[in-house]
Amino acid sequence: MKQFLKPATRRSFITYAILIAAFIAVEVMVSTGSASNMFKGLLVPFCVYSIAAASLNLTVGILGELSLGQAGFMCIGAYSSAIFSVVTKDTITEAWVRFPIALLIGGIFAALFGVLIGIPVLRLRGDYLAIVTLAFGEIIKNVFAALYVGYDSSGLHFSLTSQGDLNLAPDGKMLINGALGISGTPKDSTFEIGFIVLMISLIVLYNFINSRTGRAVMSVRDNRIAAESIGLNITKFKLITFGLTAFLGGIAGALFSHNLASLQASKFDYNLSILILVFVVLGGIGNIRGSVIAAVILTYLPEVLRSINNYRMLIYSIVLIVMMIFTSNAKIRGFFTASFMRLKGLVFKNKAAKEGD
Amino acid sequence: MALLEVKKLGISFGGLRAVDDFSLTIEKGQLYGLIGPNGAGKTTIFNLLTGVYKPTDGTIHLDGQNITGRSNIEINKAGIARTFQNIRLFSNLSVLDNVKAGLSNHYAYSTAAGVFRLPKYFRQEKAMNERAMKLLKPFELDGDADVLASNLPYGKQRKLEIARALATEPKLLLLDEPAAGMNPKETAGLMNTILTVREEFGVTVLMIEHDMSIVSGMCERLSVLNFGQLLCEGPTAEVLSDPEVIKAYLGE
Repeated sequence: MKQFLKPATRRSFITYAILIAAFIAVEVMVSTGSASNMFKGLLVPFCVYSIAAASLNLTVGILGELSLGQAGFMCIGAYSSAIFSVVTKDTITEAWVRFPIALLIGGIFAALFGVLIGIPVLRLRGDYLAIVTLAFGEIIKNVFAALYVGYDSSGLHFSLTSQGDLNLAPDGKMLINGALGISGTPKDSTFEIGFIVLMISLIVLYNFINSRTGRAVMSVRDNRIAAESIGLNITKFKLITFGLTAFLGGIAGALFSHNLASLQASKFDYNLSILILVFVVLGGIGNIRGSVIAAVILTYLPEVLRSINNYRMLIYSIVLIVMMIFTSNAKIRGFFTASFMRLKGLVFKNKAAKEGD
Repeated sequence: MALLEVKKLGISFGGLRAVDDFSLTIEKGQLYGLIGPNGAGKTTIFNLLTGVYKPTDGTIHLDGQNITGRSNIEINKAGIARTFQNIRLFSNLSVLDNVKAGLSNHYAYSTAAGVFRLPKYFRQEKAMNERAMKLLKPFELDGDADVLASNLPYGKQRKLEIARALATEPKLLLLDEPAAGMNPKETAGLMNTILTVREEFGVTVLMIEHDMSIVSGMCERLSVLNFGQLLCEGPTAEVLSDPEVIKAYLGE
């Protein structure tokens, strides 16, 4: 049977359709007032974690390299974009002009660091990327936690010791206040903007995977020696892919920082990187749609379970295990798909029988 | 001028001399065979020719161009493509995508054109699809274009590997035991395919093969390798009746 769309194209369109349907459902819930405050507060984080997880899946699933530093790229994106917004919020008053620039700045700075650490590391084979990105994430977090930046009429002042060492003029303003982070970031992130950014990110990811570059990257993942034997420039393609992961991670960070009144570097710790990796693994390695769904469910779940606080982590871990079995075990997945199809067959048969009466 | 000219090629792994003083000349359009007992160094020579290993001695010239010591990526671009003894396909990609990966360098467009779906993306992808189907046809794989490479039966996987190598438009195609693991019927089919492909794509072929029916039926000239050294070289019939060659294969 000849299909109308190529399987890859169909997969991406189904994802877009699911997300648009979810978006409309949420908008209806919010406008009719049936959404709780807790749920409303989670809408932007849903987008943030979805983008971070989907883009990390590009490195983990498509490139086949383990990265443990997604939080580091988010941190860079968050700080660079927040600084931009704090500095320019008086000069560029329109949020719809300022925020896209802030997002781009966050993405570009993160991508810059991604390429910088990618150049030496991606030439190597093995788990070096995991080791280096792990260290990178920690270094970035600790540097930002110790960094004091302020500006006055004579320009920018930096210090790694204390606020007093900055020697700011009386009219000076603090940008980064060490462990206290950045405050006064305009709250530009809304669910609508987050959703648009998520959709654009997914379109970019899917288009990337279904292009010449994506094909080359997957060839490298499947068989490096064969990929070299057909003349594919492996290092270049790896760098582009890792750079894109970092870029989108930075954008996720920018979205994150503009959702909070004050931002601390301690939020971007090792646990966040692992959490995002958990989304990727549970959603299915190489499955972009799965990453988004896992990110949303696993962000929502701990908050819902807050009311039964004692059993929260227990239920959370059971869900993790169940999802893991579902997504990684072909037999169990096949069993459930088969039962689902049988169930569907039964329902439709009954329906047909009833209609026949 | 010869298409491939190898002079005094040698490589040592530590104290082991895997290939020593190996010379080879292949004319354009020839179907050349490289035979020898197991462990003689045949695949090592393929790895040297394709840049997987760097030779410790000797030179390799392709079409007059010195390609000694270049990387495998550069050597493929210079015009040598190969298949592998143990099949190396991109197993999670479809048959069509495997070939399209091989076409990457000839139908290039930038990553940005792919991500933003610029007109060049559609133009190049269309041309690539057409070219890929043309490559799959002689191997009777055009009906399996959407099948995952790992789901193909063994014989077809071998053929797909050849199609992928041909996609890079090589001047010289190296086949490492193309008929390994095939039954006589499949082998006969493969021989025909290789002959058609050679005509159609104007490619010179150097193959390692143990199946003597293929070697005597197809190859115009042979080189025999034993313990990393050239034992004998010449027209197929002469080489196969050489007492030294028979001794190396069958023992005394």
